[in-house]
Amino acid sequence: MDAANEIRSDLGLYDYLPWPGRPKITWPGGKKLAVWIAPNIEFYEYDPPNNPTRTPWGRPNPDVLQYSHRDYGNRVGWRRMMAAMDRAGFRGSVSLNVALCDHHPEIIKACADRGWEFFSHGIYNTRYVYNMTVEQERAIIRDAFDTVRNHTGQELAGWLSPALSNNLWTMDILAEAGIRYTCDMFHDDQPMPVKVKSGRLISMPYSLEMNDVIVYNSQKVTPRHYGEIIKRQFDQLYRDSDESGMVMCIPLHPYLVGQPHRIDAFAEAIDYIAGHDGVWQTTGREIAEAYHESGAYDAMTAAMAALKEGTR
Amino acid sequence: MPPLPESYLDYPARHYGMDQDRYDWSDMFARKPVVWPDGARVALSIVTHVQHFPLDMPAKPFKAPGALSMPYPDFRYFTNRDYGNRVGIFRVLKLLAAKGLRTSFAINGCIAERYPALLRAVVEGGHEVVAHGLDMGKVHHSGLGAAEEDAIVAEALRLLREGSGQKVAGWLSPGRAQGFSTPEILVKNGVQWCLDWANDDLPYEMRTDKGPLLAMPLAYETDDRVVSNEYFQSEPDWVQQVKDRFDVLYRESGDFGGRVMSVPLHSWVSGMPYRVEYLREVLDYILCHSGVWVAPAGEIAEAFRKQA
Repeated sequence: MDAANEIRSDLGLYDYLPWPGRPKITWPGGKKLAVWIAPNIEFYEYDPPNNPTRTPWGRPNPDVLQYSHRDYGNRVGWRRMMAAMDRAGFRGSVSLNVALCDHHPEIIKACADRGWEFFSHGIYNTRYVYNMTVEQERAIIRDAFDTVRNHTGQELAGWLSPALSNNLWTMDILAEAGIRYTCDMFHDDQPMPVKVKSGRLISMPYSLEMNDVIVYNSQKVTPRHYGEIIKRQFDQLYRDSDESGMVMCIPLHPYLVGQPHRIDAFAEAIDYIAGHDGVWQTTGREIAEAYHESGAYDAMTAAMAALKEGTR
Repeated sequence: MPPLPESYLDYPARHYGMDQDRYDWSDMFARKPVVWPDGARVALSIVTHVQHFPLDMPAKPFKAPGALSMPYPDFRYFTNRDYGNRVGIFRVLKLLAAKGLRTSFAINGCIAERYPALLRAVVEGGHEVVAHGLDMGKVHHSGLGAAEEDAIVAEALRLLREGSGQKVAGWLSPGRAQGFSTPEILVKNGVQWCLDWANDDLPYEMRTDKGPLLAMPLAYETDDRVVSNEYFQSEPDWVQQVKDRFDVLYRESGDFGGRVMSVPLHSWVSGMPYRVEYLREVLDYILCHSGVWVAPAGEIAEAFRKQA
């Protein structure tokens, strides 16, 4: 494989399939809407090496303000976030910088004890796959599988690229390594097959718009309004799921949502979600499994092929 | 673009705990409960920034937040920031006096020379002077030589100590920016505690080659300047977030021991005529709770160290 991202006009990773008329998705237990929470439990390095495409910190190393702001999540914020999720009965699907297994095994154990899933968010959030060769990128995938297996006994199923950095071949080598779902694409509210050279990879609805870092720090939304938009997003998806099961994801960062001025509005919003009977409180891995087992993967693949051939 | 060197996949600090030696990892909720004087639940640390932004402040290697941003000569922000030193701070001082509060003022060292009357007003108000670097154009970073950074720290402290008559043992870097050796340089110059690091709601000890340095909490994202000038949120939104922050810390103090509630202010932000009454609203709300101990950050640091 050529380790260069050729310039092209389309990712070429999925075929078009309009929402109306899709094969129906039914979630386990007859639930309407799958809701999963994905805390990004991250480690940002104090003195990371530079990547020519992206400098890790806005200031020269050490950027102690931003470094310590992120470290807040691992000293303080994770506990508030976890308590809120415990109360609402949500397990987390941890988007994990896997080096955190080495740095903070206490946090990993607390998550594992609750039956939370771990998926990979790279080694550190200060190491990007930009400018990596395919072999280098394969090495970090192997590292992630091995680290998570050694520390938790879990076999990785999901992947969110570190800091959302990707190469055009990334999905192929994730699928080849046995990754079952990617969180890097935002084109749908239902899981969808991804076109890869081998294996069966699906895109799992993650979300930019529900992601606390985007909401608080890019959209500059207040904590209480974040609670409001979580509930509104939920209400609409819950209604839409009358026809066919959808997926709602709430991606979090404990250094943000775990701040004292933010946690209560978030906690109230997920309590609200958990109070609905048709909600399947689940994890990324379980959604991927249900998608395959229910035949949705094959049905969606067939529907896309039929649309292309003009038989649908 | 050439491929990354193989060393990009080396992780020399990938081991248990932090990837630097300044402090150990610690779960705030698993620590020995902190007890404040008179059994207070929350120590309220109000830290007002008093800043001078030189007209010729450099853009490299980065500007401190609030820096001048218009083409030279930037009349607009030079004078807007200076408003805080001429008028805004006195509005904040008046409010604090009306409430009978002794707090901290983090002051650029050059202010002692430029505006001695300002420094006198802070001292006469019973407040604590915290060193806030030399001026907002002198940011601390790893590109500074040790001698140069040491000279900046020493000069800032000399000016503030001589001007205030206080020992000045607390530090807040401009933009909360540090180089690799800043903590050593601070301790060498008699600094005992520092407000730069944003990773905790309680004080904790940092290691330096010159002795310990106590990291004191200072809220980052409920800072008046961050809420108004970075997040562009309204004053009522700021009030709500500060109240919500207090509520959670106050609640936790019932189960986990004392907490520090920090309220960072800027004389050129909260000292604006239309904003100061929102500050009053925040203070009224917090102070109507029992078990709130209002003190300068240095006294909170001392109370913490006594029980360590």
